[in-house]
Amino acid sequence: MTAFRISAEPIDPAALARSLVHARAGACATFEGLVRDHNDGRAVQRLDYQAYAPLAQSEGERIIDEAREKFAIVEACCVHRAGALAIGDLAVWVGVSAAHRGAAFDACRYIIDEVKKRVPIWKNEHYADGESGWLHPDNTPVV
Amino acid sequence: MNYRVLYFASLRDRAGMDAEQINSLATDARGLYSELRARHGFTMGEERLRVAINGAFAQWGQTLHEGDEVVFIPPVSGG
Repeated sequence: MTAFRISAEPIDPAALARSLVHARAGACATFEGLVRDHNDGRAVQRLDYQAYAPLAQSEGERIIDEAREKFAIVEACCVHRAGALAIGDLAVWVGVSAAHRGAAFDACRYIIDEVKKRVPIWKNEHYADGESGWLHPDNTPVV
Repeated sequence: MNYRVLYFASLRDRAGMDAEQINSLATDARGLYSELRARHGFTMGEERLRVAINGAFAQWGQTLHEGDEVVFIPPVSGG
């Protein structure tokens, strides 16, 4: 399994976590990013993720490689959804196994932070008032 | 020269299309964006975008070649 994937299908966190199991790994840290029902004071009903898939794939893999270089980890994996998602859906999942918890937490945090900063994926929020809008990394609207 | 341009997010909405084939005199991404900005009325300046050529991040001044796929990347918002 590739360490980074864009998925049009729902994410199965239990299956992904099993892929991180290793006899050398005494720690496993995971992060789940979920679709929430509000942003910047507005009620959100659903959202769409668009991705430039080939570049998202290569940039995502680069981030996982960087995490392997920076932290003493055993396995790492990240899956990001594309397409239409509802409130409560799992939008992104990151999992890292390591001998010890410090590296697992640090690498997990590094991967999600860099994915949000660098991977060409865009979130379009659909609001309760019928409007929609593409967002910036800091969650302010794109004018 | 002929280029293929892909659009995402707000640029896709503004252009009203996912992609287009462009015949242009522009020889780098900067010149091409300037031309497309005028054509489609994009409001975002170059300083707010990144550019990718043939699936890899590139510099604005990188020379384009016949058939290149060019993507202007608006600020990303995954996660």
